[in-house]
Amino acid sequence: MMTAASLAQSPASSSLLEVEGVGKRFGGFIALDGINLSVAPGERVGLIGPNGSGKSTLVNCICGTLHNETGTVRFDGHSLNKLESHERTYRGIARSFQLPRPFVTMSVADNLRVPLLYAVHTRRGRHLTIEEADARCIELANSVGLGAKINKSPKDLTQIEMRKLELARAMAADPKLLIADESMAGLSDSEVGEIVEMLIKLNESGITIIMIEHIMRAVMTFSQRLVVLVSGKKIADGKPDDVIRNPEVERAYLGQ
Amino acid sequence: MGVTTDLFINAIIAGILLGGFYAAVTIGISISFGILDIVNIAHPAFVILGSYIAYLLNVSLGIDPILASVVALPAFFALGMAVYQLYYSSFEKFGQEALRGLAFFFGLLFITEVVLILAFGVDYRYVHTPYIDTTLHFGFVDIPLRMLVPCVVALLLVVGLIIYLGRTFTGRAIMAVAQDQHALKFVSADPIKIKRIAFGISIATASIAGALLIVIQPVEPSVGREYIGRVFAICVLGGMQSLPGTLIGAMLLGIMESLTATFYGPSWAPAVAFGFLLLTLAFRPQGLFGR
Amino acid sequence: MKSPVFFLVWIVVAAIVFAFGLYLKNDYFFFAGYTVLQYVVLATGWNILGGYTGYVNFGSAAFFAMGAYASVVMHKVAPLPVPLLIIIGGIVSGLVGLGMGYLTLRLRGAFFAIATLALAVVLQTLIVNWDFVGGSRGAYIIRPNTLDIAGLQIPYIEYLFALMLILAVCALTVARIVERSRLGFGFATIRDDEVAAEACGVPTLRLKLMATTLSGALMGMAGAPFPYYIGYLQPSSAFGLEYAVNSIAMPMIGGTTSWVGPLIGAIVLGTLQQVATVTISSAVNLLIVGLLLTGFVIIAPNGILGLIHKFRGQSDADKVGRRVIRETP
Repeated sequence: MMTAASLAQSPASSSLLEVEGVGKRFGGFIALDGINLSVAPGERVGLIGPNGSGKSTLVNCICGTLHNETGTVRFDGHSLNKLESHERTYRGIARSFQLPRPFVTMSVADNLRVPLLYAVHTRRGRHLTIEEADARCIELANSVGLGAKINKSPKDLTQIEMRKLELARAMAADPKLLIADESMAGLSDSEVGEIVEMLIKLNESGITIIMIEHIMRAVMTFSQRLVVLVSGKKIADGKPDDVIRNPEVERAYLGQ
Repeated sequence: MGVTTDLFINAIIAGILLGGFYAAVTIGISISFGILDIVNIAHPAFVILGSYIAYLLNVSLGIDPILASVVALPAFFALGMAVYQLYYSSFEKFGQEALRGLAFFFGLLFITEVVLILAFGVDYRYVHTPYIDTTLHFGFVDIPLRMLVPCVVALLLVVGLIIYLGRTFTGRAIMAVAQDQHALKFVSADPIKIKRIAFGISIATASIAGALLIVIQPVEPSVGREYIGRVFAICVLGGMQSLPGTLIGAMLLGIMESLTATFYGPSWAPAVAFGFLLLTLAFRPQGLFGR
Repeated sequence: MKSPVFFLVWIVVAAIVFAFGLYLKNDYFFFAGYTVLQYVVLATGWNILGGYTGYVNFGSAAFFAMGAYASVVMHKVAPLPVPLLIIIGGIVSGLVGLGMGYLTLRLRGAFFAIATLALAVVLQTLIVNWDFVGGSRGAYIIRPNTLDIAGLQIPYIEYLFALMLILAVCALTVARIVERSRLGFGFATIRDDEVAAEACGVPTLRLKLMATTLSGALMGMAGAPFPYYIGYLQPSSAFGLEYAVNSIAMPMIGGTTSWVGPLIGAIVLGTLQQVATVTISSAVNLLIVGLLLTGFVIIAPNGILGLIHKFRGQSDADKVGRRVIRETP
């Protein structure tokens, strides 16, 4: 398991993730305009912003689904700029998707086996055996309450189970940093509480988490620090209570 | 003027005429594949079907093949609507069009081809019109009417479609479908109905293209295969959705093929077209004129 | 079942099939059987790319033909035993597959399919214009009628049939190993969602190259003995569109998610076509294939295998789960 041990492995530099002047355009549209962001090991960071503010683009640039045109993304002190998405997963960045993207022709168990068989070898020095992968797969499924559905197809899952599968699959990659991209959209109040609790528990086991969310209640409960993006620019970064009282943030949200 | 220059200019002109015809064959694909995102690889087979309909009407009733293809337009339009309905209810509705939709059209291609073989055999068929054997001469430039007439008809077809898609309500709705299915609902148009009409139009163009083909050359059922890659090459070169782009892409391909055939021999012509397609796909998938 | 056991079981099955042919004392059995087996290999090869990773290859005929033409070249340069030619054909077509993979690395869906079609025509044009292998006229391959193996005079067609049997067993074993390995998992994630696959650590581009190479190699191996079977190889027969359509139709009709699908599809469709050729005409062949292909993709999207699963009342998960976890502590 990745617990305090993984924190000890991190180099002396104080931040786990370092985003320096990252920019990205789509045609003429500037999606990200020189974003700077640094996340310390063990932190719980909330990332908010109106629709189209560039949150998902930033996540995609950190995870390698998109490549940033300017600036650098550093992880554990190494630049990620030239790395493909899967190589960043090897380094310890995992994500869930805004719209769940399970492998639909595979069972829940197989969905979890994919990262177990593909992502964890680099930091463990060898591939998991099928037995190890199965054991870990059952452990993960139970930890999110999907134990009973392990042999089901993702098509048979409810909305919240789908979200849990998405998180469990990200966790199966044994990450140092988890990016949860709107893991609670479309869930009921109690379900939102359940997911927040789950994320906090993961964080307490040593995983750094960036949460992107629209549900403010969840954001305020979860975040130790809040970052606000508007039109591809970072306009606030600090303690959640201070940030939401920031006039510029108020304007951005009320102006909606 | 040297012989080579003569050859060169004649090859260019032949290429332009050929390109016009290619535009007629491709315009249907530009609508179905480019605009509607339906990979109708059976389109060339429908073109050959069009050739045989024109042939039948020409031989039995003595009608001009191009006129015959206009007569057959409603039938092709209805056929296209029926095919779309089947495609929609079997694949598109479930979001399964990727693998199975392709296989479906691949199957249609074979069914059409084999039905034609069973009905007409594998002999080449040709049509009779007064202009087929006439060639205009301007100095050293030869312009066979066999090529000129199809090119002019093809240009009329393309321009007609550009006007239709740009100026009429249904035409604009078709272009809107390409951008965003849901946007259509605001103008209370059923996207499925719009797509059905659009696909009907795309197959209807095959009727005319087929008649043009049999004016240009004798036809047998498997001739359509040569056009599968060609039409997609043109569609991709032209930037998928753009009908003027299709016309330019078709002209370019026609000229390239004609030059290759003139200077290196006709057996190399297919490699040029397809090689160009392969390279375009590999290095510039958005087309020559895309962003 | 472990792979070596699987292989041995199928070798026994193959031996029984061969013995049955000898018992029939009918050359036609071997001629027709060879074609069916060739389709087993071709369909299995196609399915590794098309079924497992979901990338539709319309250019199967080109891979088959490259294998066949590799044998023609070797026949002219340095005649070798057919088993070696099969390996050479596999290498040549595997390299073509790798090259195709590199060219089409970033293409998805229909664009990939169209590019493979284009590649097939380019390769055919090259062969048509290559005089060394006979150009468009084709090339004769003179082969003996019988083969002397340890003093026994074996009819050549029986020899080719036996080779194709072994090749088919090898292809099925390879497909099954791939399907159940880490690689197979990776292929399936590419079919389902490439972005999610990358996020889970699957190196999708590298896996795609492996799939195009392996798939190409198997299809080339299917083609390598073909010149010796037919005796006279023309571009139009080696690049015949019936290979392209059959290699797609057979897995689609049998079922694309497992090694069994292409086997069932090839046996059913291949036999049907042999019967139709004899009893009706070869044109009807393609009509049957076309009708079955469209019929199946509309009515039974998961092929015969899917129908069997439905009939047995198995749930989706039983069908999709590679290894069902029985006990959940």
